[in-house]
Amino acid sequence: MNYLTEAKQLVKANIRDYGMYIALIVIMLTFTIMTNGLFMSSRNISNLLDSAGYIAVLAVGMTLVIVIRHIDLSVGFVAGFLGAIAAIFLTQLGVPVLVTIPVILVFGIIVGLFNGVLIAKIGIPSFVATLAGMLIFRGALLQVTEKTGTIIVNDDQFNAIGNGFIPSIMQVNGLHLLSLLVGIFGIVLYIYSELSNRKDKVKYGFDVPSKAIFITKMAIVSAIIGYVTWILAGYNGFSWTVVIMVAVVILYHFLTTKTVLGRHIYAVGSNPEAAHLSGINVEKITYIVFGSMGMLAALSGILFTARLQSATTTAGTLFELDAIAAAYVGGVSSAGGVGKVTGAIIGAVVMASLSSGMNLLGVGISYQYMIRGSVLALAVIFDVMTRKQRA
Amino acid sequence: MSSYILEMKDISKEFPGVKALTNVNFKVEKGEIHCLIGENGAGKSTLMKVLSGVYPHGTYSGDILFEGQVQKFNEINDSVKAGIGIIYQELALFPDLTVYENIFAGNEVSKGPLVDWNQTIVQATSMLKKVKLHVAPETLIKDLGVGKQQLVEIAKALSKDVKLLILDEPTAALNEDDSENLLDLLKELKSQGISCIMISHKLKEVISIADKATVLRDGKTICTLEAEKGEITESVIIKNMVGRDIEDIYPKRPDKNIGDAVLKLDNWSAYDAQLGRHVVENVNLEVKKGEIVGIAGLMGSGRTELALSIFGNPKKYKLQGNMHIHGAPKALKHTSEAIKAGIAYVTEDRKGDGLFLLQDIKSNVSAAHLKGISTKGVLNLNEEVKVGTEYKNSLYIKASSLEQIVGKLSGGNQQKVSLGKWLFTGPKILILDEPTRGIDVGAKFEIYSIMNQLINEGMSIIMISSELGEILGMSDRIYVMAEGKVKGEMAIEEATQENIMELATQ
Repeated sequence: MNYLTEAKQLVKANIRDYGMYIALIVIMLTFTIMTNGLFMSSRNISNLLDSAGYIAVLAVGMTLVIVIRHIDLSVGFVAGFLGAIAAIFLTQLGVPVLVTIPVILVFGIIVGLFNGVLIAKIGIPSFVATLAGMLIFRGALLQVTEKTGTIIVNDDQFNAIGNGFIPSIMQVNGLHLLSLLVGIFGIVLYIYSELSNRKDKVKYGFDVPSKAIFITKMAIVSAIIGYVTWILAGYNGFSWTVVIMVAVVILYHFLTTKTVLGRHIYAVGSNPEAAHLSGINVEKITYIVFGSMGMLAALSGILFTARLQSATTTAGTLFELDAIAAAYVGGVSSAGGVGKVTGAIIGAVVMASLSSGMNLLGVGISYQYMIRGSVLALAVIFDVMTRKQRA
Repeated sequence: MSSYILEMKDISKEFPGVKALTNVNFKVEKGEIHCLIGENGAGKSTLMKVLSGVYPHGTYSGDILFEGQVQKFNEINDSVKAGIGIIYQELALFPDLTVYENIFAGNEVSKGPLVDWNQTIVQATSMLKKVKLHVAPETLIKDLGVGKQQLVEIAKALSKDVKLLILDEPTAALNEDDSENLLDLLKELKSQGISCIMISHKLKEVISIADKATVLRDGKTICTLEAEKGEITESVIIKNMVGRDIEDIYPKRPDKNIGDAVLKLDNWSAYDAQLGRHVVENVNLEVKKGEIVGIAGLMGSGRTELALSIFGNPKKYKLQGNMHIHGAPKALKHTSEAIKAGIAYVTEDRKGDGLFLLQDIKSNVSAAHLKGISTKGVLNLNEEVKVGTEYKNSLYIKASSLEQIVGKLSGGNQQKVSLGKWLFTGPKILILDEPTRGIDVGAKFEIYSIMNQLINEGMSIIMISSELGEILGMSDRIYVMAEGKVKGEMAIEEATQENIMELATQ
């Protein structure tokens, strides 16, 4: 087969998946041109990714919640509340960071499981159950911060999660060495996994894309990883937030695409009755998905508190809606069973890019909201149109 | 002017790939009760949907004359305006609204833009009197029994000045007293000049009430019988219903090798708390190794409920009685336990609860047995492709690739994917619920061949089917169900279409 026709076919077959990436690139290029390159500067990209972190991890969890045809409105204030609890642990109770973080994550899981029980066992619509949770945790956040107001966190280790960078070892031509090494390691790992994947497929005697296409794809992805690494290495290197974000994506991507559990989640979302009749425990899957959502809400709370170096009385306001927006921009479908974790991250980065770019351009906040709203609507319209085409 | 209130002339209706109606002629005289009879899938409901405007004018060929006028109904409202009222088997009432609100739902008594509730109640009360339902108009629908709900439906139709009332299996869900009440009411309405078309499977009712009966089979009018001429008798009706010879579409099995019992039910009952009645009652049933057991019966006879109660009871019926699998007593609490015990259930409604329509072929095939393609919870996606390919080839699934979305396949291929999904679980007992519904003859033959092959490999099959031909063509032994009970069991040698139909319509 001709190289070009094969490439065209691939793009056409995956237009829905590639759509977001293309949109992200278009948005970034537009801002880069409009800001004379300022947008793509190391410092800005680094800030942009850090500011996306606490929404991105929520969006990952939210994607799975939406995949199983539910919604979770409580995550914003759960994040705010648990962030405040973390701050209290660290400042007032003197609990060390390495204990605080796992304990807070476990609290998050418990909250999520409680939502899961209300929804799967008792049968309360998730919208209502988590709306109640949202109000309760908003009150709880006010309650724990009532006496002190904003709680300042002085623990440098903890604050590094939101502001710090991985150590550099040494600077090479003003570039962050360890970050470069991590980037190179990432590329090597990626190429290795692609190669072994291909080898496996050949072993099974399956069709694989032609060598030329395969190499092109690897080159493009490697170049992107390399470019992002290079940009970040030019400032302070990888931040801990980015490291955590990437770890969450890799973990959840593996979970959703390569495990039995992941399959069960998508089966439940795709057709709950058929899933039940296929021997899948729908209730259990609901618990797991809400439990994971709770854990990621706790993580989001930790990231946000560390970023501000303090817990405020209004932390978490509207996080849930930003996460939902990011998930939808990332291609999740409310009809259930469709949506990718990687999409959620791209969705979160798209939304963060819009904010960042418009801030650089000095666009008023009123227009920023309108534009972000329009992008959300456009993303869903695109999604619905491409799905109609396929059906 | 003719004495016919309704004449349907040469009605033909096609769906993609299926001819549902072919030149059907159907006439109803003023003030008569006309029964419409036929097997499941004979075209009765389609014909009524053409008449009521569900399928708008232009999507079918032929003419509808109502009160001598050619009618071109574009939607249901048009037929309602003309005076046709249809009451479906599934009642269309709002359970949380009152009787009077339901009677006038969509047809509100109004003064300008406002609803006149007092007038509504007055009129509703007189309607209730007409149908002899003695309840307060303020009663909520959900507080009424099914029989009374049916009467509310009729009252609703009467409130729209109905001239022709169509009832689709009105007594299917009713007990005997309620059924009798209903039939008496229909006679009463007849004396007031309201004509009535009744679709029914219960031949005794037909005989007691019908002035005329038209039999449909395979989308064609077979005959119209008249009570006056003494033509409406059980034997005549059944003969006309099943008349077709069994075509030679059932592949022969070379030799039968039937072994010991693998599944045994004793006094097996299932109570549905939501419906408030037994959906399966005192069933004794046995399935042997290498045997195809046919379960015949009409829709709503409890066949699917029986299958579900065996298959891990996903509907949470209250079960009674004993189940033995390979001689050992079993209580299966979840579908996953049923699968582990070697049972597989290919559902009747493959789109509704059988398949994951948005997913591709390979992930549908592996869905019920992911263990088979994973180690320690991690999937081997290449193994999945391999398995998918095997089933695609062995079941003759026609698709461009394994990545094709199942929702886009034809009915026959979807059914094969569904079958593949269950075969991959390695079952000993395979329950097939309407295995060939809505699929073409070629695919049917392939599915029958696959069934025979599985039996030869030592599997046991329970085949639930409304198609008598299929039951007679494939089974080794037959159980006939009606009203949740097994009404009879027969070896294939002694089974005929007539004696099955007789038991099923009791």
